[in-house]
Amino acid sequence: MDHASPLERILRGVALTVVVVFFMFPLVWILLMSFQTNETILRSPPSLVFQPTLDNYRALLGGRLVGAGSTLQVSYVQNLMNSVILSVSSVSLALLLGVPAAYAFARFRFRGSEDIAFTLLSFRFAPPLLVLLPLALYFQQIGLANTYIGLIWVYQLIVLPLILWIVRGYFEDISPDVEYAYRLAGHSWFAAFRKIALPLAGPGIAAAGLLAFIFAWNNFVFALVLASADKQPVTVGALAFITASGIQFGQIAAAIVLSNAPTLLLALYAQRHLVEGLSLGAVKG
Amino acid sequence: MTGQALDLDRVSKIYGAGGAKPVRAVDRLDMDVRAGEIVALLGSSGCGKTSTLRMIAGFEAVSEGSIRLGGREIHRLAPAKRGVAMAFEGYSLYPPLTVRENIAFALKAEKASPAEVDRRVAEIADLLDIGPILDRYPSGLSGGQQQRASLGRALIRRAALHLLDEPMGQLEPQLRTLLRGRIKFFVKEHGLTAILVTHDQTEANALADRIAVMEGGRLQQFDTPAALRDRPANMFTGTFIGEPPMNVFPASAALSDGRLRLSLPEETALDYPQAAFAPEVREAILRRGRVTLGVRPHAVRLDPAGAPAVVLANQWLGDQTHVAARFAGGVLVTVEHERARVAEGDGVGVAFAPEDLHVFDAETGDAISHGRLLA
Repeated sequence: MDHASPLERILRGVALTVVVVFFMFPLVWILLMSFQTNETILRSPPSLVFQPTLDNYRALLGGRLVGAGSTLQVSYVQNLMNSVILSVSSVSLALLLGVPAAYAFARFRFRGSEDIAFTLLSFRFAPPLLVLLPLALYFQQIGLANTYIGLIWVYQLIVLPLILWIVRGYFEDISPDVEYAYRLAGHSWFAAFRKIALPLAGPGIAAAGLLAFIFAWNNFVFALVLASADKQPVTVGALAFITASGIQFGQIAAAIVLSNAPTLLLALYAQRHLVEGLSLGAVKG
Repeated sequence: MTGQALDLDRVSKIYGAGGAKPVRAVDRLDMDVRAGEIVALLGSSGCGKTSTLRMIAGFEAVSEGSIRLGGREIHRLAPAKRGVAMAFEGYSLYPPLTVRENIAFALKAEKASPAEVDRRVAEIADLLDIGPILDRYPSGLSGGQQQRASLGRALIRRAALHLLDEPMGQLEPQLRTLLRGRIKFFVKEHGLTAILVTHDQTEANALADRIAVMEGGRLQQFDTPAALRDRPANMFTGTFIGEPPMNVFPASAALSDGRLRLSLPEETALDYPQAAFAPEVREAILRRGRVTLGVRPHAVRLDPAGAPAVVLANQWLGDQTHVAARFAGGVLVTVEHERARVAEGDGVGVAFAPEDLHVFDAETGDAISHGRLLA
């Protein structure tokens, strides 16, 4: 890095700019769209010059969608709240169940441990629609359809294997001797798990939790089939913008901005901690 | 501080028990450690010494047998309840704590007063030369520094037994020599009982009162360093202990005209007056007929009148010479304290005094005699 010639440095800057523009363009374009009306979005050729308007956000937060000559009720705020409830609860539950399970899989070899771990992983590559139809029927029979509990339960199919497998790897990277040393100093097995293993795997648990949160937040098909209007997350709620009188591009863009904000902020916040955690170099062999 | 501290009674460790290929990592190990004693478990990698240590600490379940510490059966207790301290080969310091906090950690559980903690940490830091790094974190330290911190964390405790797993593997030679002396003094001064696992026989010799030599999960011999050197119980300990290793040759013994003749391969023979051997030793050797002869390199004499050998290599190590020679179909190594005036290809004569001969059973490898004494 330090030995780069001026030319190299300039070329590297240009290359970086190209990459950033390439990846950021859709996001920036959506952000710009969210401040425009459908007319300015759809004009040809497109232009960066427009009169910014907050109408889209106002419509979303107010719950009234004004289309071409008709008014439509949307429950975007309700959807956003549902997304938060479903994602936070399912990730919390998965952490509560998955972290101790990951520890068990990492530390103990018991009969069928690999088989159980693999079965859990296989949930990730089963096509969701295959599971969904029978699940929807059962849920209707036992009264779990269209409930938060039912949805959180089904969301475990996505988040639990993810957390289990990522966190297991982090636990396996921690030398068990650190825990042994702690236990020899007069502490129980559980204290060693809580005071040594958990903090050392902290960055990994945070990373897994974040990833699981994003997966849960972005889920579409489970909620589409199993939830009706009042329990729907934003991913499903966004369908409302495709109206009989046209697609409301401005509102869709604003909805995307609002619904991406939590995960984006969370990722930015956690990123600092993730990097910190990794650079600590927990255990040196 | 006398009496028995630790007693291992027919302890076995079987991995994959009930599976297709169970492995006996430790096989019916019987061993007792007296209070105030330092015992070394010596062996090459995979000999079962670390498994033994981990069973005593409680990280491995004991498959068979029992372990008693201070008269109390401990092999079913949780590690926290065993009253054992351990220094780990991989250091295993707590990353978020400084070296000082790491070392003082166990004292918190002992509820020692702050003044007492400071005094004991300072004592340990002096002992191990880690005063200047007490307030640093493990991640910024070299392997040797971490190892000393880990050793300090174990030694500071007043435990019934201290387990030291390769405690000095990462240290520089001078420091290692210095610390061996200090640690031995510290252990004796405080009346601690310690088990040391090592593959370095110099370390075992320097630190331990008694050494347990292990191989293939079995205890080969458990004795003082001097006894291991002078009276190895079998071929394995004979060739394992000592540097360079003992020379061994197959031989067949016969008595004729009042002389004991030991015939080695390639027409080489050693001829001794029968009076050179004690009658019972002679009797034991002749009864076996086929034996294995062992001679320590230091005991080999270059003697023009001796049996013929051809020099293969002559290495001056700065303070001693190692001469390797082709002898009786094998390679014989001798150690000379002066520079030896022999070059590759030279013919020399070698002789062994009868009192330097170790004789082993050719089949079982068990020792028959050492010099004039029966094994």
